[in-house]
Amino acid sequence: MKELSLHILDIVKNSVKAGATLIGIDIIESVQADELTIVISDNGCGMSKDFLARVRDPFTTTRTTRKVGMGIPLYEAAALQCDGRFDITSEVNVGTTVTAVFGLSHIDRAPLGDMAETMTTLVSGSPEIDFCYTHQTDTNRFVFDTREIRKELGEVPLNLPDVILWIDAFIKEGLTTLALSRGETNK
Amino acid sequence: MKSLEELKAIREKALGQVNMRTEQEGNIRVVVGMATCGIAAGARPVLNAFVSELAKRGMNNVQVTQTGCIGMCRLEPIVEVYVPGEEKVTYVKMDEEKAARVVVEHLANHKVVNELTIGAVEK
Repeated sequence: MKELSLHILDIVKNSVKAGATLIGIDIIESVQADELTIVISDNGCGMSKDFLARVRDPFTTTRTTRKVGMGIPLYEAAALQCDGRFDITSEVNVGTTVTAVFGLSHIDRAPLGDMAETMTTLVSGSPEIDFCYTHQTDTNRFVFDTREIRKELGEVPLNLPDVILWIDAFIKEGLTTLALSRGETNK
Repeated sequence: MKSLEELKAIREKALGQVNMRTEQEGNIRVVVGMATCGIAAGARPVLNAFVSELAKRGMNNVQVTQTGCIGMCRLEPIVEVYVPGEEKVTYVKMDEEKAARVVVEHLANHKVVNELTIGAVEK
């Protein structure tokens, strides 16, 4: 994948499929530690010990249209190719957490990419699920939480085109402010 | 600055339109394949192109939804168009420009873009 945000979209789809009602996406960008950490956590159905042991194998999948599942293996490879780490913990009926750590300045690290588009794609695909996206740098923090938005919208669904456009602009603006605060003009 | 206040305005506007929306008959469905294969091939910008083109034209009789792997990964991004009473049309190897064309020619003017369909590409 060309962007880490595409991996995030792909891995969060697993949480959606697992019946999660709340999915957390936490990105921690630390220049000091030279690490980019992405934690995706959900309260979905979780995985058995046996399935968890096999889940990184590309020949493990729950889909029925074909016999391979490349989402997790590709994500793991993206982390490991830039001196990173990769870990999955899961408990049946509690949820799953996928943690990937990337060398921030490593030449083989893919750019984070368009997180606003990843979030609008997720919200428009699953308007009934709550997403909480936090993005932290050494000095600042941006939070996007659909629970806040739902409070304002009441019975109006989150996948209304006007709402999706608002979310896109809100995240783009928040991340630009975050980048400016650490002296960057271009991400 | 984007504020939560703006959401209140969106809510008011939407509540006023709810009835109009449900009364419209014959909703068209656009389904974009969004599994690992679709995402890697560029399905995310294709989906967003559909959403923004439709919003631009105020075509709220078209619903854009997502699905998993359709089983023909080498032809991704794949988009299926369901028009009530007509046969399903499958577009393959899509990109943002092709998505805009499908919105104008097929969804707005009811003319299938034959050269982008699976039948034409697979020959």
